[in-house]
Amino acid sequence: MNPHRRHPFIFSSAILVYIFLYAPIIVLILFSFNASRANITFEGFIPTFSERTVMEGSVVKASPCGPFHWFCELAKDDDVIEAAGNTLTIAFISTLISTIIGTMAALALQRYEFKLKPFSQLSLYIPIVIPEIVMGIGILTLFSQLFGVINNGLGLSGDSRLSMGISTVIVSHIAFSVPFVTLVVQARLQGFDKSYEEAAMDLGANEWTTFRRVTFPMILPGVLSGGLLAFTLSLDDFVITFFTNGPGSTTLPIYVYGLLRRIITPQVNALSTVWILTIFSAVLLLQWVQSREAKH
Amino acid sequence: MTAEFAVELRDVVKKFITPEGNSLNAVDHVTMQIKNGEFFSMLGSSGCGKTTSLRMIAGFEWPTEGEVYIEGKAMGHLPPFQRKVNTVFQSYALFQHLTVFQNIAFGLEMEGADKSEIEKRVKHVLEMVQLTGMERRKPKQLSGGQQQRVAVARALVKVPDVLLLDEPLGALDLKLRKEMQLELKALQQQLGITFVYVTHDQEEAMTMSDRIAVMSKGKVQQMGHPVEIYERPANKFVADFIGESNFLDGKIKSLSKEEAVVFIPAWNTEITGLPVSPGLVNGEEVTVSIRPEKVLISDQTLNQNSFKGKVTNTVYIGTDTHVYTDVMGKRVKVLEQNRISRLDPGSFYTIGQDVNLVMMFENVLVLKKE
Repeated sequence: MNPHRRHPFIFSSAILVYIFLYAPIIVLILFSFNASRANITFEGFIPTFSERTVMEGSVVKASPCGPFHWFCELAKDDDVIEAAGNTLTIAFISTLISTIIGTMAALALQRYEFKLKPFSQLSLYIPIVIPEIVMGIGILTLFSQLFGVINNGLGLSGDSRLSMGISTVIVSHIAFSVPFVTLVVQARLQGFDKSYEEAAMDLGANEWTTFRRVTFPMILPGVLSGGLLAFTLSLDDFVITFFTNGPGSTTLPIYVYGLLRRIITPQVNALSTVWILTIFSAVLLLQWVQSREAKH
Repeated sequence: MTAEFAVELRDVVKKFITPEGNSLNAVDHVTMQIKNGEFFSMLGSSGCGKTTSLRMIAGFEWPTEGEVYIEGKAMGHLPPFQRKVNTVFQSYALFQHLTVFQNIAFGLEMEGADKSEIEKRVKHVLEMVQLTGMERRKPKQLSGGQQQRVAVARALVKVPDVLLLDEPLGALDLKLRKEMQLELKALQQQLGITFVYVTHDQEEAMTMSDRIAVMSKGKVQQMGHPVEIYERPANKFVADFIGESNFLDGKIKSLSKEEAVVFIPAWNTEITGLPVSPGLVNGEEVTVSIRPEKVLISDQTLNQNSFKGKVTNTVYIGTDTHVYTDVMGKRVKVLEQNRISRLDPGSFYTIGQDVNLVMMFENVLVLKKE
């Protein structure tokens, strides 16, 4: 008996896991090339290129973009472009700020002893375990009350009144991302010996130079992982964004949800495909950077 | 280097709060003067305060009481980057994201040295620690011994007044450690820089040091040349910690300028002709100490300090044979050098054999009882 022989049960369960994880994604991508406008059955790829789109009932027979018809439609859709722009703006700004705050929090929790430290540590988990919808309602209530007080207190009117919009979404995304970043960076700091910092100071570096030249480069992989996590969380957040957005701050998840309530065309699939590929390449890039880091 | 002492600790206390909330003197009223150009070791087991003392010289900790002086200047709360001392860490603490060259150049960049000078000085110090050609490696690509050399080079390139070394050889295997001990000592003599060395390994301290401070429970137990510490331990702790000793309880029977006579109750006998150490009082309870290698097994009765014993065990360790004997209910360990190559196990002592133990009186120490 070869002890390393694959057990049939382990092998088949692995296959099942892969099917359930990836089959929906593959189907989704496949349907973004669907010739049928009604996104229920797969009617084959759009066969040919032509000057103008040729429809036969609900089936596209030819398109200027050929099989990529729905991607071209997507590119022409101003609402999608605007939603994508909003999504990326929100994701970049909230990632940047939450990564800075989260890293600072992790460093503080690692190196200082203070009275409320156990409470601070515990409070990191609360936004993670609390149902997102509860948090969404909470943030909405907070903002509307706050804005009400400010608007009435200062007697603001018209356009100068504070209201929900892209900035409220950013603030709420920062709020739920910070704990994730902190926990990821904390994990990285676990193995960080303080003698590295002492060595830098011993060699003549002051506190700021020590952070810039030694501490930060050494924890950078953790910070990047935390940042990537914050970025993906922000990119696909629906619930909290739903409660905190306003006119002009529609994000992709909100937009797709809106489309679903009308009609599901393969354009939604095309959008999802672009989205998946974007995130997938970001993850690959990070993996590549980290493996390069590990080799050196 | 005009000051009399490279480093001076004056009545230094360092209090720590234990996790249970108690206050603990990690360093308890320590005073020591380390001369310029000296190889000075702090020796003791973990928790004796040696590393904390070193960290206070480096500036990573500040004394609760007392003052640290470097080259005659009071250090106060001066941060590490404003002290002209450099440290070799136990863990080496090499910057993993930088190459060997960048690691060593780090300290020079902080001084604002220009590029050509940095290159010149790094090259020179790499030659000194025999690592030429390793400039572009990352610390992870080096062996333990090489990493250790980089750590030394990184500190020495700064040309510090004092080099502090915190158990720098602890992670190396025995053979390499012995090699590095001699190398470090040679380097220190060649450069003339004051080395302050922390170790728990007495042999290591003996090998390298001009002077050793034996520490325990935050206090300096004895400070002196290795020979002085081994041959004239100040108290029972030092006699026990450095090397091995046979201890006997006794009482001073008579005391003159030349000799002490001590009564040993366990043997119901008096030992005469013992050297007198200062501070002893007539009638005082004392501990008599004798090193195993200074007890002779001999048929001749060289003087009256000879005792009949029975062999209880022998341990052959190659260079020496340890002979454990029983002298009237007290265990006395004897160390015999194997100066003659013998293979016949029958030529060694057998268990139960009667032997005559001779203790030369100048080798027996009378210590205050603790």
